[in-house]
Amino acid sequence: MRTPLIRSGAALAAATALALPAGPALAGPPPAARDALAAPTPSPGAATVTKAGTSFLTATAITAGQPVQVGASTGDHLYWSFPGHAGQIHEIAATVGFPKGRTGASTWTVEVFDGLRRRQACTAGAQTPTATAAATSVTLGCTLRQVRSWAEPWSADPLPGTYYVRLSVVDLPEPDLGLPVDVDLLVSDVGDGDAPADDGELRAPLVPNTKAGTVLTGEPAAAPAEEEGESLLTGWLPEGSSRWIWTTVGGVLAAVAGVVGFALTRRPRRP
Amino acid sequence: MLTGPAPAWADEETPAEPPRVELVLDVSGSMRARDIDGRSRISVAQQAFNEVVDALPEETQLGIRVLGATYKGKDKKVGCQDTQQIVPVGQVDRTQAKAAVATLRPTGFTPVGLALRSAAQDLGTGATARRIVLITDGEDTCAPPDPCEVARELAAQGTKLVVDTLGLAPDDKVRRQLLCIANATGGTYTAAQSADELTGRIKQLVDRARDTYTAAPAVVGGSAGCPDAPLLAPGVYTDREQFSEHRWYRVPVRPGQELRASVSIALDRPVNPDYGVLLRATAPDGRELVRGVDAGSGRTDVVSAGLRWSAAADTDADADEGETPSPAPGDADAAPTTVCLVVSNAFAPRPGTRATPGMPIELTVDVVASSPAPGGPDLGRGWVLLVLLTLAGLLTGLVAGLLTRWWVATWREN
Repeated sequence: MRTPLIRSGAALAAATALALPAGPALAGPPPAARDALAAPTPSPGAATVTKAGTSFLTATAITAGQPVQVGASTGDHLYWSFPGHAGQIHEIAATVGFPKGRTGASTWTVEVFDGLRRRQACTAGAQTPTATAAATSVTLGCTLRQVRSWAEPWSADPLPGTYYVRLSVVDLPEPDLGLPVDVDLLVSDVGDGDAPADDGELRAPLVPNTKAGTVLTGEPAAAPAEEEGESLLTGWLPEGSSRWIWTTVGGVLAAVAGVVGFALTRRPRRP
Repeated sequence: MLTGPAPAWADEETPAEPPRVELVLDVSGSMRARDIDGRSRISVAQQAFNEVVDALPEETQLGIRVLGATYKGKDKKVGCQDTQQIVPVGQVDRTQAKAAVATLRPTGFTPVGLALRSAAQDLGTGATARRIVLITDGEDTCAPPDPCEVARELAAQGTKLVVDTLGLAPDDKVRRQLLCIANATGGTYTAAQSADELTGRIKQLVDRARDTYTAAPAVVGGSAGCPDAPLLAPGVYTDREQFSEHRWYRVPVRPGQELRASVSIALDRPVNPDYGVLLRATAPDGRELVRGVDAGSGRTDVVSAGLRWSAAADTDADADEGETPSPAPGDADAAPTTVCLVVSNAFAPRPGTRATPGMPIELTVDVVASSPAPGGPDLGRGWVLLVLLTLAGLLTGLVAGLLTRWWVATWREN
């Protein structure tokens, strides 16, 4: 009678061991977003973007892993936007190729802003390199902080939503303005796929409203009653996350350990 | 967290009007110079125009205006009125447009300012952005009006207008003038050194006009104080702000909603190298709720700041204070709070920089469902948790086993 119990307990433990590595993996972003893991290389099959916007409103939309190649003039402010999801860490790598015959050194910068046009810090990378007059190209880089799933409204932490990249020259001799340059840019997700350690969820991602606004003529009337969109059950249950897996596995382990512990207190089987 | 943000362009409505671009070509006497790949500037420009007309996107309405093309005399007064639209803005008849371009011969003066003003009229007014591509090789010989002032004045009018400039083998003076025109309108400046560069750049600009012309914000006029400030619905707005000026706006925010606002101030004129922008959200009584700030130094196009603020938190705060001067009548849960937004800047004009019209502001306002602070996690995560649960289970099993053994022993004895 004891033997089958122990046997089934062992089976459970084995199942648990199998399930464990799957735990953290399940918590990551959807597979499509994980294509560009590790090195800043373009996703296979991603179409090259050959455009760039010139303002926040006209930024060209790209995605992580999609290479950008565009010709521009020295002095242009080039804008791209890409979507960020919770848990991702984005790395931006850009190369600017110069023509011959520049008159002096120039300093280039790649800046990143979130959907509310708040400046985002770079944790690594050459964000503002200077190219000498003889240089034929300059390489820029910026690694962003991990995108959080929730943050206080008063904080400027990176949140899911749109991110803007602005590439421009900040310092150069004036005669070099207007000269043609070639710009290569790649945004890649270098996160290890782990979900962020945050609880909470941003209800609406930081995607800017780009429609032309309307000026209201009067104070809006008292609002229509806000109905609770969620059912009782979904409001009460914690949202889906790796915590479900961890906790369930913990429960199974506890049960197995309980059975083992119970079995240990039995008299040893007679020979 | 498992669902990603929707793409920003998901719900873009189809615009009512097609993209409108006008090419403005300088045909003044200096275009005769043969210094681009051994060819004359005008022939390079003509070839570029032909290729652009051939590659024109179907929906784009293109017009061509020339300046200095007809008057051969020496009278500056007459020569400086010399600008004609040779292809009207509209669906382009390719053969006709090419024929019109082919007949151009370098002739007269360079009335850039007047040509820009006329080009803006050619493009008309409307809700979407218009683009002028100015191709010139020489400095304006007809100021006043100074073309840069004209560009700034056109940009300050209601319709969004962008002037991109292309210099053909430009010298220092031409470059400065074209840079000034481009900066004043948020356009770009290119020095074209070869026919290929010129063609490629004009094509790129015409394509860009098609891709981006719908992104034109609504014009609004901020006030000097909160009570009479314009009430804004979610969307993008544009305004002008002078040095050291404060511009106020109001946004109604209901409890359970989150206000998101961002502002960009464009540096459309020479300013001192250090600058900043401040966006503050205040309650109607002047109490600051949150601020967004950014500062910078050196060459840039816009300086931006943004903020988020949740209405729910403020309702609580008001309840705590207990004596809000104007308590909301009726259903307090649904009555919107009005949040005042004030935009201020820390730009310093260089000597000789004109203060009016103000620098362009772009204000984005959005009101979305607020994201409540998460409660403590109901579930756990991590190896420590597993070890703890396993130990607890083991301990429980041991205790249960010992108890059972003790109980069985006692039961047997009795």
